[in-house]
Amino acid sequence: MLSRRNPQLNANGELIHLLSIEGLPRAVLHQILDTAGTFLSVNDRDVKKVPLLRGKSVFNLFFENSTRTRTTFEIAAKRLSADVINLDINKSSTAKGESLLDTIANLSAMHADMFVVRHSESGAPYLIAQHCAPHVHVVNAGDGRHAHPTQGLLDMYTIRHFKKDFTQLTVAIVGDIVHSRVARSDIHALGILGVPEIRAVGPRTLVPGDLAAMGVRVCHDMAEGIRGADVIIMLRLQNERMSGAMLPSAGEFFKQYGLTPEKLALAKPDCIVMHPGPINRGVEIESSVADGSHSVILPQVTFGIAVRMAVMSTIAGNQA
Amino acid sequence: MKILIRNGRVIDPASGRDETADVTIASGRIVGIGSGADFEADRTIDATGLVVAPGLVDLAARLREPGQEHEGMLESELAAAAAGGVTSLVCLPDTDPVLDEPGLVEMLKFRARKLSRCRLFPLGALTRKLEGAVLTEMAELTEAGCVGFSQVDVPVADTQVMLRALQYASTFGYSVWLRPQDAWLGKGVAAQGAVATRLGLSGVPVAAETIALMTIFELVRATKARVHLCRLSSAAGVALLRAAKAEGLPVTADVSINSLHLTDVDIGYFDPAMRLTPPLRQGADRDALRAALADGTIDALVSDHNPVDEDAKNLPFGEAEPGATGLELLLSLALRWGTDAGLTLAQALARVTHEPVRVLGDAVGSLASSAGRLVEGGVADVCIFDPAAEWKVTPDALASQGKHTPFGFGSTGMALPGRVRATLVAGTVAYEAA
Repeated sequence: MLSRRNPQLNANGELIHLLSIEGLPRAVLHQILDTAGTFLSVNDRDVKKVPLLRGKSVFNLFFENSTRTRTTFEIAAKRLSADVINLDINKSSTAKGESLLDTIANLSAMHADMFVVRHSESGAPYLIAQHCAPHVHVVNAGDGRHAHPTQGLLDMYTIRHFKKDFTQLTVAIVGDIVHSRVARSDIHALGILGVPEIRAVGPRTLVPGDLAAMGVRVCHDMAEGIRGADVIIMLRLQNERMSGAMLPSAGEFFKQYGLTPEKLALAKPDCIVMHPGPINRGVEIESSVADGSHSVILPQVTFGIAVRMAVMSTIAGNQA
Repeated sequence: MKILIRNGRVIDPASGRDETADVTIASGRIVGIGSGADFEADRTIDATGLVVAPGLVDLAARLREPGQEHEGMLESELAAAAAGGVTSLVCLPDTDPVLDEPGLVEMLKFRARKLSRCRLFPLGALTRKLEGAVLTEMAELTEAGCVGFSQVDVPVADTQVMLRALQYASTFGYSVWLRPQDAWLGKGVAAQGAVATRLGLSGVPVAAETIALMTIFELVRATKARVHLCRLSSAAGVALLRAAKAEGLPVTADVSINSLHLTDVDIGYFDPAMRLTPPLRQGADRDALRAALADGTIDALVSDHNPVDEDAKNLPFGEAEPGATGLELLLSLALRWGTDAGLTLAQALARVTHEPVRVLGDAVGSLASSAGRLVEGGVADVCIFDPAAEWKVTPDALASQGKHTPFGFGSTGMALPGRVRATLVAGTVAYEAA
């Protein structure tokens, strides 16, 4: 069958939506990270605003709740001088039986310029991008298990900030990878940026062998997985996975795969520890590690706003 | 009405006949195949350059009546059948209400007869409301016109019920139609594999099919029940079927046009048209299915026609309703597969004509001897098509109320081979191309 053009790029190969990191050119990623660097200084100014999106309307469409992510997008859009409208769709239209595309059509009629979409179904932002007006840009703020590209980019910004060169790194991603959109976006981004060794670490129920096709080394042993790592990305273990057929208990998971100072000693001495948040202390990571000298979890959050500003201003500047 | 089909390439896959001839028809039956020079016809159809074949027999089509008329209606879907050259079809019992009572089956058959576009052979539900607990009144349903009993896409989780259903059906010689799918492993929206993992879609492992097949085969050994396996999807499933047939178990099987031509890679960027049941698997599975259909391990090719409306399809992949329109694509996709596999036209057509009739067996009564064939004295169910013509599958080109198909020209950019010019059911023209 015929394969279609990557729907997030226009005919010139420019980014018009950010739906996934998969398939993006390395130059596009670096350009976004470079742009984010220029915005970091904005965040330190007294007047934390630039006029790049003045007069534009950004709609936060969160079909799945997330106060944190929504807030960071809101801050980023406001620092770009956009008007921000937050819609908690769970509580409004879909509850009344309105279809996803009807909701999109209605919001488009309100002259939206950008949709920031979070949805529990993998691929939902693709459907929206294919059906919204041509001038509207779509940012995927997390879809099902599929992708969380802005998180992936802020993780890359963090790694570049602390490690400079991607091409010599060993990066270990630990935990519930099968259900993680963050892990998928990180894996794609790390691969594009030239990281030679990406490891996916966890039990077989959470780290399927099929992941190898994405260019990662699958490790079921924690020691093997983090030995010699330059970067460790710990994933949040969702409550519903903590007991059942995926895992017997949070305690057993912590014992096998939780990041403790002892396990961290297996990694490189200058290893950085990342986490997309919110953290489950004592489930995937011990407090002393989360708050310790290797942790860059709070810088991630700071960088996250600059990266989202960079994404929004980049796609708003490109036309379908 | 006496009809002369003149100078066509007459292909009867069952006998191997493939020659230029006239076909004469009177009183709904084929009078002769050869020269029609002396035949006084009321109507002459010039089939020069066209193939005159038996009408197609489709073992799986949902018409969505009763209860789901917003997605499809007898009138539109039987028109689609006729436009696709399909003269007999087996419809599935997962309607609303479920086909578990004789009255519903009689009504459906009556309405179809009035439209006289296509012969309708309903499957009855194997268990009441398809709930997998209580058997339906199989004898009554058979009397009403059911040709077999099916659970469609609702697996019977309780193997005790399954054993009893097969025991009971085999008592009377009824056939049971099962899609092999484990009730628990079958949950998921795409085939397990690299594509589903990459896209973050929940996967259905091959074991969902093979475990169910092994269970079914063991129960067939115990009961001698006649089982038709619907919509095989995996290479491992094909291997189990091949072994079961070699052992002599009374089983037959079909594959859908979708699984025969597509793989999970075709999901692309979450295309809801590719949301199908069973899910599209990998290239090696597709190759095994194609080989098994060619060597007869799989008996029949089916459209798995399932019209789905816009509202149910234009959703995120996992929420989209599975299914695609297919009745009008069956001939073209059989021809394309035949060409790819290096088969003759007759060999390719066999899988959509007399082989499916063989699967139906005695359940279709006297039709068993001539449906799916072109024989003198037999029923005049005929499909006349142009093998050289290509057509573009577009929503406007489809008679079916269901417009979604993975083979749409808009997404594939490819035209399909073979265009139906006329369809005759019992000697009456049911469809004629404009």
